[in-house]
Amino acid sequence: MLGVTLAVTAGAVLDGIAKAAAILIVPPLLLGVIARIKARFAGRVGPPLLQPYHDLRKLLAKGSVVSRTTTWVFLAGPAVSLVAVLLAAAVVPIGDGRALWSFEGDFILLAYLLGLARYATMAAALDTGSSFEGMGAAREATFACIAEPAFVLGLLALARATGSLSLSTFLGPAITHVWAEESASLVLVAAGLLLVLLAENSRIPVDDPATHLELTMVHEVMVLDHGGPVLGVVLYGAAVKLFVFAALLVRIAIPIAAPAHLAWPAFLGGLVAVAAGIGVIESTLARLRLPYVPALLLSACLCCALALVLLAR
Amino acid sequence: MTGCALAVAVLVASACGALLAHRRGRLASGLAAAGAVLAAAAALPDAIAVLAGAAPPEVAVPWAAPIDELRFGLDPLSAFFAVPLAALGAICAVYGAFYLDGQRAQRRIAVPACAYNLLLAAMLGVLLARDAIGLVIAWELMTLASYVLVTFDHAQREVRRAGWVYLIASHLGVAAILSMVLLLGTDGFAFSALAAAGRAAGSAATVAGILGLLGFGVKAGLVPLHVWLPEAHASAPSHVSALMSGVLVKLGLYGILRTSTFVGDAVPWGPLLMVFGIAGALVGIALALYQRDLKRSLAYSTVENIGIATLGLGAGFWARSADEPVLATLAFAGGLLHVWSHTIQKGLMFLGAGSLLHGAGTRDLEQMGGLAKRMPRTGALVLLGAVALAGLPPLSGFVGEWLIYLGLARGGTRAASFVGLPLLLAIAVMATVGVMAALCFVRIAGIALLGEPRSEGAARAHESPRGMVLPMALLAALAVLLPFVAPLLAGALAPLLVELGVHAPAVAVAHDALVDLARVGIALWAGILAVSLLVRRLARRRREAETWGCGYLAPSPRMQYSGASFAEGLHRLLPGILRAKLSVPYRAELFPPPADLTVDAGDPFTRAAYAPLLDRLAQRFGQLRWVQRGFLHLYILYIVVAVVAALAVVSIGDFWGAP
Repeated sequence: MLGVTLAVTAGAVLDGIAKAAAILIVPPLLLGVIARIKARFAGRVGPPLLQPYHDLRKLLAKGSVVSRTTTWVFLAGPAVSLVAVLLAAAVVPIGDGRALWSFEGDFILLAYLLGLARYATMAAALDTGSSFEGMGAAREATFACIAEPAFVLGLLALARATGSLSLSTFLGPAITHVWAEESASLVLVAAGLLLVLLAENSRIPVDDPATHLELTMVHEVMVLDHGGPVLGVVLYGAAVKLFVFAALLVRIAIPIAAPAHLAWPAFLGGLVAVAAGIGVIESTLARLRLPYVPALLLSACLCCALALVLLAR
Repeated sequence: MTGCALAVAVLVASACGALLAHRRGRLASGLAAAGAVLAAAAALPDAIAVLAGAAPPEVAVPWAAPIDELRFGLDPLSAFFAVPLAALGAICAVYGAFYLDGQRAQRRIAVPACAYNLLLAAMLGVLLARDAIGLVIAWELMTLASYVLVTFDHAQREVRRAGWVYLIASHLGVAAILSMVLLLGTDGFAFSALAAAGRAAGSAATVAGILGLLGFGVKAGLVPLHVWLPEAHASAPSHVSALMSGVLVKLGLYGILRTSTFVGDAVPWGPLLMVFGIAGALVGIALALYQRDLKRSLAYSTVENIGIATLGLGAGFWARSADEPVLATLAFAGGLLHVWSHTIQKGLMFLGAGSLLHGAGTRDLEQMGGLAKRMPRTGALVLLGAVALAGLPPLSGFVGEWLIYLGLARGGTRAASFVGLPLLLAIAVMATVGVMAALCFVRIAGIALLGEPRSEGAARAHESPRGMVLPMALLAALAVLLPFVAPLLAGALAPLLVELGVHAPAVAVAHDALVDLARVGIALWAGILAVSLLVRRLARRRREAETWGCGYLAPSPRMQYSGASFAEGLHRLLPGILRAKLSVPYRAELFPPPADLTVDAGDPFTRAAYAPLLDRLAQRFGQLRWVQRGFLHLYILYIVVAVVAALAVVSIGDFWGAP
């Protein structure tokens, strides 16, 4: 009896370690996949898949230049942001469909943790007194005000479909049953959340991470003044945020009831597929003019609201 | 009960003492502040004991004039509101003594000190009253005392106007409250008698309940009854704004809850309060996010937060009538905890705004900037307060919202569709309001505290005295600690929930949810501490330079993003009625003169509804001007005629009515 308990505990500990390791290690890979796909579309070979890791290592070893205008907020912002997104990643189901940490109502906390991360980044941007960074922060805040209802409505649709309040339950095994019965709603939710992913992670068609003109950026311009190791922390945080959204989307869009030993490969494969999809979108679409972005995000809201209405009928 | 009575006595005595010592301003304000602190020390143990389960007897004071006796006492509901009243009252009193000290030379600062303590006594009286007459008398005293405080800077025209609007709005509210009392008070005015009458009366109870909701709703700042609130909060001295926003406005909610105990389910409280709550949250935050005046923005955020609390209470009432004790517990506990947490963070922010005003000499966001460097302590505390007020974890602002979210989500995912869908949409609204609040407060923090100073005053700003910083630090500590204390509070709410009509409060569920939140809080704080240290260490090799301006060589602080431009993107997306009115006169001339731009960020409800309506009323009444001749004897004649007419009507009625 004791042996069984010990084995179970050991299994849980191993599982936890695996998940924590995945959260910490996998995110930059997604950036590498996106960059590779984009390069292929442009007819180039592209950087190696592991280039983001090398970039992070290089940045961490550098010195940095800090504006005289800034206060402690400038360094605290990226730190708070990183902690918040890491904690957000901890409540999202990964691997075998269970999160590292789950409790009643964790999907609401997920939204608020991402909100805290956004708040910290915006505060650090405003700390420099630069008009570019203020502009980026204002755009980020404005778009978030329309993306947030879409995100929450999408998660609420899932909660309503499964009658539970925890991501690990409603994105776990239950999601396959929902696909069998309510596939139309799930397609709508997946579409809405994909748009939210693109907006929240500053991807085309909302924002162009590769542009060279500060006036046209959203996220990149907020971190203009961060350099060296602090920029490394910012980039890593952004990668983790992308990982959070990609993991959500994988669980919704690819609800394979894989046998236990295939759960992890299926999940990682799904993540790479989502990253590749983002790469394709970025390569084939142009960035929208800023005034049209709210319309795009409103359509995400409508998708998710429609899904909710369908599920709650 | 003795403690609270003692507190009222101390407050009144110290108010009188302050007035007597009016020639020596410092002594007077010190006396009043000491009185407020002593009163808090006397009242807090009482209130906490009642919350913990003690049931003190009612005290009846014989008073022949309007009725036979006045009754006083504490029950869990009033004790719950008495705790923040005593605590914030004392904190703001200490702050206020230092805040007004600079004006000692020009003004009689004994008057506001006296009025402040009388306001505290009146508010305590509102909570202690156990009969409607005492409640109305204390309510009126509260309005008058706060009016004196709001109009402290009465040399300014807009302050006088704000006071006038406040007085009119409050008295319309009192009229509604009095009508409610008279409708229900057929059998005496004690609360128990009113409740008995409310149960017996049919449709009269509905009318009385609605009147109570509107009358107390004026004080609570329910949209569209909120128009006095931004004016009064912006005009009052900052410690008074903090007290009004932190406690006085909440007494409106107390009044609504008290009314609900009289009339029960005769009024559809759930849907009504939820609609008022959603409207308040959305309108409040939409108006808060583009205000240029820091204190007006905070005042609109009070409208928003009252909306959120009202939404929670409404969901609680709905669940109560649907016989869902778990949901009712979560929603009521969330709404009530939001009252406490909002007291903390809004108190902190208004005191912070006062400190910024003291240091930089302006309430105008566009004149501030760079204050976190010049006023490091105030700056750090206001930055913390802004995060709390934006309702983000791990600070106090999220605690109440968390329970409301859980209540709504549980109801929404499990109830039938026509009930579940509105609850789920209410969650989406709350989440949107949350993001808009984050924009609003990152704007306030970023424009006022960070960046470069935008004016001479801001560049020369100085830190406030310790007596102002310490009260703020105390509130900030409470904002940090509340999420960890909240699980203990959840258990103590059971008697209060029973009083609100929840038969079997499931406080254990609320407790568990709050424990989850506290765990997240611990994880966040530990993570933030560790990663911040790591980042500092990683970035130890750094040199200083100018902010990157794309190679531009002559940057100036005027080139910074302004508060108006920060809010502009979202401002454009607001519905037209809620937007500020811009007017740019266009002059088609060959050599155009200097252009100008006027922005009217006044309250849209005043602009679109109240002002035209009142103007038309004034015109109509203008036709009655001939009555007003300015002769005293004529007025006495009017009175005599009116009395004779009234007596005649009564005696004719008796004559015909007699068998």
